[in-house]
Amino acid sequence: MTQLLLFNVTNGLIIGAFYVLMALGLSLILNLSNVINFAHGGFLVIGGYIAYTLTPYVGFWGGLLIAPPLTAAIGFAVERVLIRPLYGRDPLYSLLLTFGLAFIIEDGTRFFWGAQGKPVTVPAFLATPLSYDFFFITGYRLFMVTVVVLTVALLFLFLRYTKLGVRIRAGTLDLETVAALGINIRMLRSINFAAGIFLAGLSGVLAAGQLGLEPTMGTGLLMPSFIAIIVGGVGSLTGTLLGGLLIGVASGVTAMFFPAASEAVMYVLMAVVLLVRPRGLLGEEGMLT
Amino acid sequence: MIDMQIRKVIVLATIWLALLFAPYWMAPLGGYTALATRVLVLGLAAMSVNFLLGFTGVLSFGHAAYFGLGAYGTGLALKFVTASTPLSLVLGMLLGGLAGGLLGALIVRRRGVYFAMVTIAFGQVFYYIAFQWSSLTGGDDGLRGFSRQPLDLGFFQIDILSNTDYFYYFVLFCFALAVSAMGIILGSPFGRVMIAIRENERRARFLGVPIERHIWIAFTLSCFFMGLAGALYALVNNFADPRGLHYSQSGDFVMMAVMGGMRSFWGPLLGAAVFVIVQDYLSSITVNWMSFVGMLFVLVVLFFPRGLLGFIRRKRAARGTQHESA
Repeated sequence: MTQLLLFNVTNGLIIGAFYVLMALGLSLILNLSNVINFAHGGFLVIGGYIAYTLTPYVGFWGGLLIAPPLTAAIGFAVERVLIRPLYGRDPLYSLLLTFGLAFIIEDGTRFFWGAQGKPVTVPAFLATPLSYDFFFITGYRLFMVTVVVLTVALLFLFLRYTKLGVRIRAGTLDLETVAALGINIRMLRSINFAAGIFLAGLSGVLAAGQLGLEPTMGTGLLMPSFIAIIVGGVGSLTGTLLGGLLIGVASGVTAMFFPAASEAVMYVLMAVVLLVRPRGLLGEEGMLT
Repeated sequence: MIDMQIRKVIVLATIWLALLFAPYWMAPLGGYTALATRVLVLGLAAMSVNFLLGFTGVLSFGHAAYFGLGAYGTGLALKFVTASTPLSLVLGMLLGGLAGGLLGALIVRRRGVYFAMVTIAFGQVFYYIAFQWSSLTGGDDGLRGFSRQPLDLGFFQIDILSNTDYFYYFVLFCFALAVSAMGIILGSPFGRVMIAIRENERRARFLGVPIERHIWIAFTLSCFFMGLAGALYALVNNFADPRGLHYSQSGDFVMMAVMGGMRSFWGPLLGAAVFVIVQDYLSSITVNWMSFVGMLFVLVVLFFPRGLLGFIRRKRAARGTQHESA
């Protein structure tokens, strides 16, 4: 029983870590640009497929290193061409545009790589379980969590201690003042968008190793990230982090007692949080509400 | 001023006459009555979304949930409860509207993107329920095993099941009722306050308008209309699909409203007509129709953000000022 519970909590944390990675990217873009990026799941898929295509030439590790920056570059271009004209307009428009973009990406992936799912092989030493007692923690899952923890730590350090990071955080609070201080906010938004897409690309590469690749996989992973942001509170990256882990564990533990509701429990959690704290756990009054 | 009113009457008469004779003029143009019925039902759905989006200025991106609830409500009612088509329609509408009212109370305090996100996420709840609870809803395959029943008026019956023209007129009748209700609400003092909230929420608040309560009522009303649209849709197909509850369906509805022109009352109906016909055509010529629909989204947002009617109005206004200056 205890082992089973331990298994599910660990499992939930691992899934949660993955949601966190994806939700942080969404959250970055939402906070600075006020854009709900519906195509985030699409960029995740692009990241995964780029890594898949590169793996025969550069190996798994090469793919892991190269695919996320390439995805970010695509994101950078997309922001320049499609998203930029929409700043200052009703958020409805960026929502609809990224929604259409998600369609195009999903269909495009199917066109280029085929509708059939692709199996992805990870290096053998990552695929084996750690020990007999903890059979459920394969090396790959541990590796995934390590990458997520490292990335999140780097992201928070970047936002805290670099000039660019400070500007992004300042822009989240008051973009107008940041612009008045002579900072090129157009560039800031582009870079920030690309950073968010980088995280999506990385999530894609990591997810591919665990779940394989499918053109539709992005859509299914998008909703938990939304919930993570809402539960944590819009405007707070720490909140997103907390929200992601929380819904991961909640769905992991529910999977143990009532598997059919493991997805639904996230929504219940969200409803409860909204009832008790309408702003989300760490959301602040006045931010994007 | 009088000129404007005459024009309004002419436009209204044209719309209703076109709808009334749709089965007759659509066939020669290569359409079919069932297509007209679908346009009408999806048009009602898009108008319900726009009731909230265009006239209260609140974006719900999860309205498909209430559409789908209406469909499942009607389907289940016909399957297990009653053989009366109108009664099952009412039950479906109630299910959609009441669910909307309950959830609306949770989310009306949010605004802007946060509101949109919460509506999406709550909408997905019903998608998962319909998907997982297969014993009741048929799960992924959707709800089958029911069909619309002939209307029993006591002294005679109208066979809306096998005669598609009769069914079209039945749908048109429901559509007319709903749309008139919408028009009356928008013309009432309450409707004026909705528009005031859209134009300047802060000012409306200073004037003592209880904003949250008004938005909640508008949200709930729009969910009732949405539920009716969904209920009718279940009758169109004799089938309820879990994908009708999914947020991508909500996206389609919002798109219809925007494409037609969300600041106008009839715009969403036009948007729905264009959307349904384009989608029907694209999916018949290419398997990659999703990309084209996606591109349609991108193009409309970038180049026609005011929609077709907004575009026409602007042209006309531009011509008007040219005349004056000349």
